Amino acid sequence: MWRFIAFRTLQAIPVILTVITVTFFLVRVAPGGPFSSEKAVSPQVEAALERQYRLDLPMYQQYFTYLADLAQGDMGPSFNFPGQRVDELILQGLPITAELGLYAMLVAVVIGVLAGVIAALKPNSIQDYIPMSLAMVGICMPTFLLGPLLVLVFGIWFDWLPVSGWGSSPGDKILPSITLGAMYAAYIARLSRSGMLEVLSQDYMRTARAKGLPGHVVVIKHALRGGLLPVISYLGPAFAGLLSGSFVVETIFQIPGLGRFYVQAAFNRDYTMILGTTTFLATLIVLFNLLSDFLAAWLNPRLRYQFSKGK
Amino acid sequence: MTGNIVGNWRIGLVAAVLLLLVGCGGGEDGLTRVQQGNLDGVLHFGNGTEPEGLDPHIVTGVPENRIVSALFEGLVTKNPETLEVEPGVAETWEISEDGTLYTFHLRDNARWTNGDPVTAVDFHWSWNRILEPELGAQYNYNLFPVVNAEEYANGTIEDFSQVGVTVLDDYTLQVQLKTPTPYFLQLLDHYSTFPVHRPTIEAYGTMSDRLSPWARAGNMVSNGAFDLTEWQINSHIRVEKNDTYWDADEIDLNAIVFYPTENLVTEDRMFRDGQLHRTQEIVLDRIPVYRAERPEIVHIEPWLGTYFYMFNTTKPPFDDVRVRKALAMSIDRNLLDESVMQGIVEPAYALVPPGTLGYQPPKTFEQSADRARELLAEAGYPNGEGFPEFEILYNTQESHRRMAVAIQQMWASELNIMVTLVNQEWKVYLENQDNLNYDISRRGWIGDYVDPNTFLDMYVTDGGNNKTGFSDPRYDEIILREAPATLDRDARYELYREAETILMEAMPILPVYTYTTKHLIDPSVKGMPVNIMDHVNYKYIWLDPDA
Repeated sequence: MWRFIAFRTLQAIPVILTVITVTFFLVRVAPGGPFSSEKAVSPQVEAALERQYRLDLPMYQQYFTYLADLAQGDMGPSFNFPGQRVDELILQGLPITAELGLYAMLVAVVIGVLAGVIAALKPNSIQDYIPMSLAMVGICMPTFLLGPLLVLVFGIWFDWLPVSGWGSSPGDKILPSITLGAMYAAYIARLSRSGMLEVLSQDYMRTARAKGLPGHVVVIKHALRGGLLPVISYLGPAFAGLLSGSFVVETIFQIPGLGRFYVQAAFNRDYTMILGTTTFLATLIVLFNLLSDFLAAWLNPRLRYQFSKGK
Repeated sequence: MTGNIVGNWRIGLVAAVLLLLVGCGGGEDGLTRVQQGNLDGVLHFGNGTEPEGLDPHIVTGVPENRIVSALFEGLVTKNPETLEVEPGVAETWEISEDGTLYTFHLRDNARWTNGDPVTAVDFHWSWNRILEPELGAQYNYNLFPVVNAEEYANGTIEDFSQVGVTVLDDYTLQVQLKTPTPYFLQLLDHYSTFPVHRPTIEAYGTMSDRLSPWARAGNMVSNGAFDLTEWQINSHIRVEKNDTYWDADEIDLNAIVFYPTENLVTEDRMFRDGQLHRTQEIVLDRIPVYRAERPEIVHIEPWLGTYFYMFNTTKPPFDDVRVRKALAMSIDRNLLDESVMQGIVEPAYALVPPGTLGYQPPKTFEQSADRARELLAEAGYPNGEGFPEFEILYNTQESHRRMAVAIQQMWASELNIMVTLVNQEWKVYLENQDNLNYDISRRGWIGDYVDPNTFLDMYVTDGGNNKTGFSDPRYDEIILREAPATLDRDARYELYREAETILMEAMPILPVYTYTTKHLIDPSVKGMPVNIMDHVNYKYIWLDPDA
């Protein structure tokens, strides 16, 4: 098990380094620079700006300086927000995006698992079709449609919930969490349904029922543990996806999270910000994938056995 | 079956949780943010995009301007009704006979938010800062009318004492201009000429350090009517009434909260939900609805800006003036206004918007499809035959696409020529314009100050904002030498009319319409007139909860 963990962790380092390197050079070859603007910038001003951001150095030198700074936890000054540092901005947006991601995850897991389990208990019945059709709609419906729809219904028509903001008025976290979580809820519903179906057909389930256990005990104590394995290995990537994919929801609901920094940075050619957010999110994604691998290995005796013998 | 029982129990739980969540969210107190703001004197202001910063010498954008002008004050301010200058930090001023020597008498009760007096020395140091080459201030050219300012900024001279700014005493500042620049006073209400607080800037870095954190909430010391108290990026900026401000007794608002509202639809919803007093924009498609249902909140007024297409005059067939004229004459601007712009704009036939402090642009051409076809035939393309394929370049945005589609149709039906539409992301679009890598490109220009010069100086030969290849020696002569030296306003406007006639006869640009500002404003907001500069002077604003 420890060998497995060490091996997978070492594997992550070159991945992250590659992400940094590719991003570093890609943003610099993209047309348009951080200082291009609608109003002409005089050559003197442009030269001064380049000096302030060390863009006057040769490319390889910029690259190694960046790596050296990064190793010390310094992601450099933002091009787009003079006076702000990239690491500070990320730390400012992260808690908000993480909170949003967490609630969205909660929504996804609660609704998804419930729908999946309900559907699996009576396959090919109306109790299966309704949640699964809803799940299909959930997967297909993009957040930029679902968000405004929810706002229209619950924010404007019924006037129950605020239409935007994050933590500035009571209840304003509900709609964004549901919007972001819906798609993942749908995936989780399908995953847990198939996981449950597989488990429910196993012999030990029949044994459990045969010894006279009540239905809900069978499902909760025996079936869920095995049936939710696919869901658990999906949670890591899903959470990383929630963190890196919250841009649309953050824009619709005016949420000052990480996702908006990320996309704004790309449009503004904010080199350090693009690099900082990309590196940060790549690291997160790698980390969550690792964690869910470890978790799955720990829960699944078959995998655990394979690794202790094989590699 | 047992499964059903479990399912029902779970469904009940979900329903209960959801009901609980929804229940928490209900606004039980019943007041919207706007209503609460009306009681507390807090203005909730939709401000477009997130400002890049709040250092007056570094920022360049309109959203930044609207916040910076609440935090800082220059030598003069502008009246929101007339846009004529009013005393700011300077109480009075004199201008010499020849119009080149300005003497400003600063009021002795102007204070920084930390209590320090605002003096002539502050202005001297601040102007030195923005002209400092290492700072890389993009708007330093606003001070270029001052003797030796341009030379200092370009590094040709290194001694700032040679620049025409002199401190006569703590409250007297003298400014020597190269040529009488009749709009110079207008520039002194531009943030690039605002004073900044030297001890604060030096506490967080050097004079020319762009990356210093001095302009953040908690660090900033400013001299305007409001003080920066909160800044959460992408969420809001809060400024509160500054009690040390010299005219604090006249300020009604207790605070202003600025919201970045990049997404127009979200901004619209925020307004409808009572979260904003004022929006930066109105969603075009919703204008008819608002006009019908709540006309009192719709504020659409002319803006000092022109929407136009420009030709790459270095590239055939657009190097032929007859082709450019044919394309300009064949579009029906009134129809574009009605069909694309919901009838809210004025068709434009010249670069400078009409009514720029009394200036009326020349009208050198009329819409005439017949004349356009003749011109096209003269240029060698009878009935559009043999006209090469070309592209309209625009930055990715739905309204620009609609406009381009309409114009594409008009050229196809009137001139029988085909054009393809190309949209590009903002930075790519800018780069291609700069490199003259386009055929025809959409462009817009908003004036920096109320004078025709802010438009016409774009088209001097090789000017950084020209981007069309247009060049005319007489035009350059007027804009660069004759007009700036002419003191009399009427005589100067006559020169500008001559220059603009030259420009429109050569037609490197195809004017489409004069911009309008579009805001939804809650009826409780008083003293915020809409003007041609879209300029807001917060000193005059008050909130009426009973409106």
